[in-house]
Amino acid sequence: MFSVLQYPFIHNAFLAGSLVAIVNGVLGYFLVVRGLTFAGHALSSIGFAGAAGAVLLGIPPAYGLLAFTIGASLVISTLSSETSRRDVAIGVTMTFALSLGILFLSLYHGYAEMAYSILFGTIVGISQNDVILSAMLGLGVLAVLSVLWRPLLFSSFDPEVAEVRGLPVRFLNVFYLVLVAVAVSIAMQVIGVLLVFALLIGPSATAIRITDHPMRAVALSVCLGLVYTWAGILLAAASNWPVSFFITAISFGVYLPVRLLAGQKRARFPIKQLGKKSVTILDKE
Amino acid sequence: MTMPEPIIYLDQVDVCLGNVFILQHISLSIKPGEFIVILGPNGAGKTTFLKLLLGLVKPCTGEVLVFGGPPQCGLQEIGYAPQRRMLDTETALCARDLVGFGLDGHRWGTGWPSRRRTEVIDQALEEVDALDLAEAPVGQLSGGEQQRLLLAQALLAEPRLLLLDEPLANLDPAHQQEAVALVDKIRRKRDTTVLLVSHDINPLLRFTDQVLYMAHGHSAIGTPEEVITSETLSQLYDTSVEVVQTKGRYFVVGAEV
Repeated sequence: MFSVLQYPFIHNAFLAGSLVAIVNGVLGYFLVVRGLTFAGHALSSIGFAGAAGAVLLGIPPAYGLLAFTIGASLVISTLSSETSRRDVAIGVTMTFALSLGILFLSLYHGYAEMAYSILFGTIVGISQNDVILSAMLGLGVLAVLSVLWRPLLFSSFDPEVAEVRGLPVRFLNVFYLVLVAVAVSIAMQVIGVLLVFALLIGPSATAIRITDHPMRAVALSVCLGLVYTWAGILLAAASNWPVSFFITAISFGVYLPVRLLAGQKRARFPIKQLGKKSVTILDKE
Repeated sequence: MTMPEPIIYLDQVDVCLGNVFILQHISLSIKPGEFIVILGPNGAGKTTFLKLLLGLVKPCTGEVLVFGGPPQCGLQEIGYAPQRRMLDTETALCARDLVGFGLDGHRWGTGWPSRRRTEVIDQALEEVDALDLAEAPVGQLSGGEQQRLLLAQALLAEPRLLLLDEPLANLDPAHQQEAVALVDKIRRKRDTTVLLVSHDINPLLRFTDQVLYMAHGHSAIGTPEEVITSETLSQLYDTSVEVVQTKGRYFVVGAEV
């Protein structure tokens, strides 16, 4: 069973998967604290339409994906910050994009595997060139994030004061979503556009339930993402079931108990008593 | 003896939003180190006035000078604590980090954790009596506790001008007194100019140099004795208002304060 691990395609899978886990682990933290998780999911669905359209036109799907996700991120970042209104606008657009994707796929008379790989990823079909390209893009994103770390953090938790202190809050909002668009495009090869959520949001949503310190949350998010990805590849190698299924299932399986247990932990945080006076309630006659 | 250059100077300033005049014909001059309390009913333009000084809102006419130049965002000499709603209960941030934004949140890069940085932040927490909350998740704290953290955040920048928008709103009377005393202590130590928006002048009377009273687009500035009178407030509100002074405190009758 584990003899398959000696093959180069598995090495590429581990490399590409690790890269995606690291980049998404860091980026996803800000998606969660900024309340943009639905927007992140929408980016990947809208990207699917772009990828399918590219396939129909005969160009590599990654270009269509990037074009559509970056375009969508520019639009989403200009929408109002009132969550329910924004989410309706995003939801309606995302659903339309998905339907466009279905249209493009139905018009495409080529290999059906192409559609499958866009939707669910072909981590075992990644070439060395893909790994190198993804690594360059991914390292670029990480470098930018390390420069933007404190401003992104400040504008995520306290945008009003951040603006007063001179931070270009609106620019950061737009630029950040563009980075997410790039990360989603890299992740497509590994896990496919429909399941990106599992690596983009799963690990960081779990991490912030465990710690309140940003640096530790990001580190934990990255570790979780790496564990999910490696476990997913190994389990897929052992069972022949899809890698993206295992990654998603593990991501879900870890998040659920952490969420439930963390709710209990918060309830036990001691509330400071102002004084020891007791209050006697008089019964009404 | 030369007069010190005013830290804030307004000359016949109007601020409008669309066709509505929020503020009309405001002219004033505030000297460094003064403690100014801004009073007035909700919607009078108090927050707009602060945003004018921060460069977030532009006047349609008139001149505004802060530190001798036009207002702009990013002036490190200004500390600002805006009016607050409660933070989401699940906010994943501890008090120390929230306060720490005031120190270096605006700098690029990740920064190095250093003992000196932690000491400075802990000292700020100590000053607002919130050191034992340092590790607490901010969403779980009461409104008053969050308010104190945000005051510490504004003070950390060591500002020459401190703009506080209703900092006493969620505080019980004991903590109100402590907060005002702290702001005044810092003001005297660093010669900071303080503009504090409030609904009640009484906890602040001891420290107030001038009152800027805003109502219905009009404003009046002067000492509490000059401004908080039946005549002045009746003019501002354009209706009959009576001010009752008893036991050294002011009570406004007949209008929303």
